[in-house]
Amino acid sequence: MLANKLNPKIFEKDVEMKAIRDGYGDGLLIAGEANPDIVVLCADLTESTRSQKFAEKFPKRFFELGVAEQNLAAVAAGLGVSGKIPFISSYATFSPGRNWEQIRTTIAYNDSNVKIAGHHAGIMTGPDGATHEATEDVAIMRTLPNMRVFVPCDWIEAKKATIAAAKLWGPTYIRFAREKSPVVTTEKTPFTPGKAEILWQSKKPQALIVASGVLVHNALLAARELENEKIGTVVLNLHTIKPIDEEKIASLAQKCGAAVSVEEHQIYGGIGSAVAEVLAKNHPVPQEFIGMQDTFGESGNPWDLVKKYGMDAKDIRHAVKKVLRRK
Amino acid sequence: MLEPLHEKKLKFLEEKANQIREDLIETLLEAGSGHSAGPLGMTDIFTALYFHILNHHPRNPNWEDRDRLVLSNGHICPVRYVAMAHAGYFPIEELKTLRKINSRLQGHPHRTALPGVETTSGPLGSGLSQSVGMALAGKLDNKKYKVFCLMSDGEHNSGNLWEAAMFAGKNKLNNLIGVIDRNNIQIDGFTEEIMPIEPLKEKYEAFNWHVIEVDGHNIEAFVDAVNEAHAIYEKPTVIIAHTIPGKGVSFMENDYTWHGKPPDKEEAKKALSELRTLGGKIESEHK
Ligand SMILES: Cc1ncc(C[n+]2csc(CCOP(=O)(O)OP(=O)(O)O)c2C)c(N)n1
Ligand SMILES: [Mg+2]
Repeated sequence: MLANKLNPKIFEKDVEMKAIRDGYGDGLLIAGEANPDIVVLCADLTESTRSQKFAEKFPKRFFELGVAEQNLAAVAAGLGVSGKIPFISSYATFSPGRNWEQIRTTIAYNDSNVKIAGHHAGIMTGPDGATHEATEDVAIMRTLPNMRVFVPCDWIEAKKATIAAAKLWGPTYIRFAREKSPVVTTEKTPFTPGKAEILWQSKKPQALIVASGVLVHNALLAARELENEKIGTVVLNLHTIKPIDEEKIASLAQKCGAAVSVEEHQIYGGIGSAVAEVLAKNHPVPQEFIGMQDTFGESGNPWDLVKKYGMDAKDIRHAVKKVLRRK
Repeated sequence: MLEPLHEKKLKFLEEKANQIREDLIETLLEAGSGHSAGPLGMTDIFTALYFHILNHHPRNPNWEDRDRLVLSNGHICPVRYVAMAHAGYFPIEELKTLRKINSRLQGHPHRTALPGVETTSGPLGSGLSQSVGMALAGKLDNKKYKVFCLMSDGEHNSGNLWEAAMFAGKNKLNNLIGVIDRNNIQIDGFTEEIMPIEPLKEKYEAFNWHVIEVDGHNIEAFVDAVNEAHAIYEKPTVIIAHTIPGKGVSFMENDYTWHGKPPDKEEAKKALSELRTLGGKIESEHK
């Protein structure tokens, strides 16, 4: 059964499509309006990382650094320890990819109040190819002490995560996808940082599906099809990867007895790994991992790539059946 | 010294450049995404490189004595792919697969996907470092090959590039030739507004490079500049090529909004008719 307050058209063919990155732009405007200490920095990708509206509305609080992501991170670190709340954006392969050490030392270790927006994350970046498809960003960010990590599932949640990041103290990473994707939530869907949300709950769940980001929709499609095959599941939207909602994941795993993690990211070190850590520590159950299986992506149509790399609803369904056999 | 550039060869190169521009437009249209301005602006230089300057064997792309052509600003790879196809590296037909699934022609070039591209690029600012590595290896092995590193002006914002420039100057890498696409645009606007890089010549000179400035659409001048670079013994050389982004297609020229988009059907038609008539100077051969 779908949870309340979700988009009622979630399973319709004409479900509204909008890019997750759009939520960053809208969130920045709202946060910037509310707090004059918010500043936005960009590295020659102002429009495609959706910082343009903020730049136009608050030109004095917007800084263009050119193609220089290491400088982007470290300048923001300086602003962040001087009373400002900097948001920095680039493609995730460059920030937090290229400038990881600057983020580690000058932002995380310094505990500087910087918000890092990693755009064009995941293989659904599409035609640009693997150089521009960040599939490791969650792993390299969640391993940093002091770092909070959000992976919103649609543009509305992305807006909420951006606003929450502005209000919460501390270094924060938010992951955004480029391509238009189905709108899963509504303005009324609860979003509490650190609390995973149940989006689908069967009466007698046999498997827990923990999903993040753009693939949450596929997880819901899979859950509905499984229900028709009389296989009950719970779908948990893990929008906060860190701090992770240990309690909810562990208790649901205990109830279901098996888990499948779903991420548009490398399975080594990412969301599946984070879930496995929680399970191993609290309540070990068999787990299957949907995600990039230790391979780079490539150019192509985003939805074709999701199929080719085994992250479609059908693949999630198969993974659930497989994990049930391992119970 | 390169083989002399006779009148006839020059004419051949100019015609080849025009064919490459036409195929570029068709390739970008078919791909449905990709970059237009940079590739059109660098077409004359790619033509000069692949059809006159480089010591290479398209059918044996891994020949160990080949000159290395590194494309640091990987997003302009469509022009490289078209030039490579024309030079015989792969069938021209294959250009249709650009940016599509299961293609060797990745949206940004990938070393292990397509022999001859030398290195994976797209993320800006690290091509010069890799070229320095290749030049160093050539020195260690007493090889005669040259390393050409094509860079954009926008990527001169990046620190990594200047780290490489400093190191190349220190090591007097005279087998390394940098070529800069000085087209004055990047994504967010004009380079001198986004992040001023001038005076560029003086910056490289301060890093112990020999600097030559040329009109990037004058193939003869570019070939002369490469000859001059080959004659410099104590320094790496950089050729600052002044180019017009979108060159050859009037409505794309000097407009930074054409950095990262392909023409649509109508635009492609207009572009092709301009190219086929050399901007109205000759009647179309394709009537
Ligand atoms: C490290 C890195 N940061 C950002 C980008 C995104 N990007 C791609 S092209 C480009 C503009 C660079 O300017 P230039 O190469 O001069 O562009 P062109 O003249 O070809 O339009 C940027 C910022 C990138 N590819 N790599
Ligand atoms: Mg440029």
